[in-house]
Amino acid sequence: MNNHTVKAFDEELGVLSRKINEMGGIAEAMLVESIDALVKGDKTRAEAVVQRDKALDALQQEIEDLAVVFIAKRQPMANDLRAVMGTVRIAGDIERIGDLFKNIGKRVRAMDSTMIGTRTLSGIQNMARMVQEQLKLVLDSFSQNRPDLAREVWLRDGEIDALHNSLFRELLTYMMEDPRAITYCAHLLFIAKNVERVGDHATNIAETVHLVETGEPLAGPRPKAEDTHYTKGLRPE
Amino acid sequence: MNETATIPATPETGEGPRPKIAARNVNVHYGDKHALKDVSVDVPEKGVMAFIGPSGCGKSTFLRCINRMNDTIPICRVTGDLRMDGRDIYEPGLDPVLLRARVGMVFQKPNPFPKSIYENVAYGPRLHGLARDRTELDEIVLGALRKASLFDEVKDRLKDSGTSLSGGQQQRLCIARAIAVRPEVILMDEPCSALDPIATAKIEELIDELRSNFTIVIVTHSMQQAARVSQRTAFFHLGKLIEDGVTDQIFMNPRQELTRNYITGRFG
Repeated sequence: MNNHTVKAFDEELGVLSRKINEMGGIAEAMLVESIDALVKGDKTRAEAVVQRDKALDALQQEIEDLAVVFIAKRQPMANDLRAVMGTVRIAGDIERIGDLFKNIGKRVRAMDSTMIGTRTLSGIQNMARMVQEQLKLVLDSFSQNRPDLAREVWLRDGEIDALHNSLFRELLTYMMEDPRAITYCAHLLFIAKNVERVGDHATNIAETVHLVETGEPLAGPRPKAEDTHYTKGLRPE
Repeated sequence: MNETATIPATPETGEGPRPKIAARNVNVHYGDKHALKDVSVDVPEKGVMAFIGPSGCGKSTFLRCINRMNDTIPICRVTGDLRMDGRDIYEPGLDPVLLRARVGMVFQKPNPFPKSIYENVAYGPRLHGLARDRTELDEIVLGALRKASLFDEVKDRLKDSGTSLSGGQQQRLCIARAIAVRPEVILMDEPCSALDPIATAKIEELIDELRSNFTIVIVTHSMQQAARVSQRTAFFHLGKLIEDGVTDQIFMNPRQELTRNYITGRFG
């Protein structure tokens, strides 16, 4: 696409998208660190994750302020307007992602680490890996202006939901087998839910990227977790 | 130049009812210069349609075709099919003066006659014999001033010269003058470009009020203005109509790259 006649226009849009990339980088690091802290029962690391969230909050605020000034000053149209609105929305999603990892950090801080080491953690790790891929892909779709990657992310969210459902059942089984594990497993349930929610935000970002790039919302059928065999036993008949 | 009934609506309009103005393959030459190339567009009845595009793109030329203002330029030649209510605007027997009573025009610079405020508005109705007596003429003049949102500001000074008003008031006087002859279409050629933001806002508010009774076509260089006042927008470039459609779509998601480059300020 051609550059704007007014160079500052492109520069200011560039600043906004760089700040989104920065937020994305922090969120990815928080994911890795929070899951690592969980697996190793590392409370110091968990605290670091909690602290890191502040940087995301500050960046989101900065992006919102810049976007408001940009709209007032430049009165963007068409794809430019969509791009600015998109950065505001994506910043909001990444900020929420940060909150979810912060929450995991807080749980790890509070959890009884003597329980660590049960096989349940591998399920959460698997889910986290999938979410990590989704997050990376959706951030790439944003920075490379690739609606096709965004669609890919959007289509794949069902897999995370399915895994979450199976994890849910697994944890329920553990709790039934050993009531002493209930507190620990309840924490894990919330953590799994948080990871799953991050996947939802990645999907939101994918929808925004697609709208920004093409002007069209993502549409069409996509596989839903409800349709997978994992959930069949969970649904009330 | 025939077959009124079979004129196809442009694909993206699809509103159903017959357009107020329908252009098919309209070409305009100024001597050797090909100013307008195969323009086909529908202007729907009652509402505001904005023409946008860079200087010299043909938008004003096309606007001036609609009330045959180009007839006054000897080297100007208009070809193609241009109809209002299905009737050929360039039909040989059609009197341009009567056409212009149905298609009023407001120009870039306010151009009141050097007469009183009252006479500025009364001139047209008197010329066209719209009033039988003074009472009727008063009604028409005061009604037009009210419709143009000017009445309250000038009601005590109707005998003052039209040129004594401020720029924004003069432009509203010109709009009052245009609507006094009860036209169906009002053409506006950059009506706010000589006005300050407050006067501009008043004109835009007025356009918004008038659109329920008139078909308004406005040429503007302000994209924000086009986005604010119009329901449909057409983008011209180098004498061609590049794209026309619902205003929101043109400004949020134009189909053509040229349109997008223009409205986002990417023209080199």
